Amino acid sequence: MPTLFVLIPFIGIVLLNLFYTQGVKKLAFGTGILVTLLQMFMACTVIFQIAGNVFSSIEMDYFISFSIDMYAAIVLFTIGLISFISLIIRRHSDNDEIFNFSQLIFIIMIGMNGTVMVNDIFSLYVFLEITSVASFILIAKKKVLMALNGSFKYLLMSSIATVMILTSVAIFFMTFGTLNYNELGAQLSGLTTVSTQIILAVIFLVTGLSIKAGLVPFHMWVPDAYSNSSDSVSVLLAGIVTKGGGVYAIIRLLMVVFPQIAIIQDIFALLGIISIVVGALMAIGQNEFKKMLAYSSISQIGYIIVGACCGTPLGFLGAFLHFFNHATFKSLLFVNSAAVEAQTGHKELDKLQGLGGKMKITAGTSAIAFLSTAGIPPLSGFWSKVIIIVALWQCGYVPYSVIALLASILTLSYFLILQRKVFFGKPTEEFENTKEANKGFITASMILAIIIVLVGIAFPFVLNFLKIKGLF
Amino acid sequence: MNNTVLYILLGLLVFSSLFTALIKNTLKAVIALAIASALLSIIMFLMGAPLAAVFELSVCAGLVTAIFASTISLTDQPNPEQQAEKNKKRLSRYIYLPIIIIVVTGIILITKPGLDFTSFTSTVAENTVQNTIWHTRGLDIAGQIIVILAGVFGIVILFKERSKN
Repeated sequence: MPTLFVLIPFIGIVLLNLFYTQGVKKLAFGTGILVTLLQMFMACTVIFQIAGNVFSSIEMDYFISFSIDMYAAIVLFTIGLISFISLIIRRHSDNDEIFNFSQLIFIIMIGMNGTVMVNDIFSLYVFLEITSVASFILIAKKKVLMALNGSFKYLLMSSIATVMILTSVAIFFMTFGTLNYNELGAQLSGLTTVSTQIILAVIFLVTGLSIKAGLVPFHMWVPDAYSNSSDSVSVLLAGIVTKGGGVYAIIRLLMVVFPQIAIIQDIFALLGIISIVVGALMAIGQNEFKKMLAYSSISQIGYIIVGACCGTPLGFLGAFLHFFNHATFKSLLFVNSAAVEAQTGHKELDKLQGLGGKMKITAGTSAIAFLSTAGIPPLSGFWSKVIIIVALWQCGYVPYSVIALLASILTLSYFLILQRKVFFGKPTEEFENTKEANKGFITASMILAIIIVLVGIAFPFVLNFLKIKGLF
Repeated sequence: MNNTVLYILLGLLVFSSLFTALIKNTLKAVIALAIASALLSIIMFLMGAPLAAVFELSVCAGLVTAIFASTISLTDQPNPEQQAEKNKKRLSRYIYLPIIIIVVTGIILITKPGLDFTSFTSTVAENTVQNTIWHTRGLDIAGQIIVILAGVFGIVILFKERSKN
């Protein structure tokens, strides 16, 4: 089964290039949709344990070290979903080609799926690199100065992260002779004295992964990369790429490799809580739609990391649920920001006004997304935040749980500023003839809004299901 | 004796790396980088990693230098005014680099942190290179191939679209 998650996107790339003609070029979008739907379906077969035998029999020796648990399946589903949404947006954006884009999506899917399924810290590094390289190209593809600038910043920061992660992998290997998550975890927890090289390795690993995850104070590349890339790319980056790479790696390592090591949990918890507050405060001061969303992403990623730092089943549950929820509501907000920019030509908040009456669906779905981000019941974001805050309280991070709770008010405030500036009030003359976004944007935002509302309303059932599966 | 040679080579490596970062002329920077790679490969060879040395020499000192040099030949040089403006900013931007290196080296020399890697060396020697690459780390080789594929793909896409524009 895990083989298929890597093999199917790869087959997609091979087929599109092997039979390359102008006719096949038109099939790129369809192939992309098919691959992403297949991924969602396969992830569902793992989550609901249906048709397991059909897929699990397909294995290759090379990928034997991959494994999928329930959490990984949720992330794999999210990767499929956000890639699907990104393809729809690409299809309906003007002047954006889709053939090469689909192939880059396939490469990025291989990278993220691999990151999710690996059990080895060096393989993790390799798959993180696949994701990063494809991301640089996707951002640079817009070919305007700011996009190239964003891509270059990301490239530089990512290179520093790469060197750090690789150095720490080398030190771990030289010290313990293994890179397997479980074996490394067992060896680390059995240590009586901590040597200088292990401290060095941990510092490098924490810094490297924090850069990849965009945590404060290593977040410099995030706003430029998110806000300067084309619409479909910013949806993909904010929705899943940063989380499917760096954030997932941090959670998995906290879960399997460093569960007994309090100091690493404390470091990540501190970085997480700083990200929550600084991200939210920075978001308040932004005048650009996408930049505000980018800083909000930094803040929300802080919640995911802080939840995982508890090290308890409830903490991990909260982290993964917020992972999924953040992917849906942040992607929805990026879709809507793209829709507003496409219809008005503006991305600065102070130039926009009163679009609520003209773009009813965009305004409505935006409200759903930002209420969910701020943690207003009964939307999905409320539940995952509550679980994280309760988990923080239970595991002894009481001040952090209070800060996390109070930061929700900051989230609400910057999104109220955004909603008021963009959608409320009377439209100015310039926007008298503004129309609703095209059907691609509407479809994408409706799908995401429905997921947010449904997950929120049906949350007791979701929680019950996950409890039966033994997740907490 | 051997250690003295290593220290001299390491010193030269730091010097050429600094030269790469600080020099104004990009072509000279590329050459300095190639020299740094060559020095690194000699260090690797002396430390008993001939395979890593060969890779470092062929890829970093050879292939990468060729790619950089061809990129420089394809791009326009900035005009003298722009260059003068950049040079002004350069010193203030990079002045910290040598200071950081001197401070970090000083700290390392004073504290002399003991890094003990002897515990695992014996097990590493038992694995042959082929065995490690194709059997133990087969998945990573597949992953690296995809990384290279992504890189090549990126260059093709970005340059092809640029020539169209």
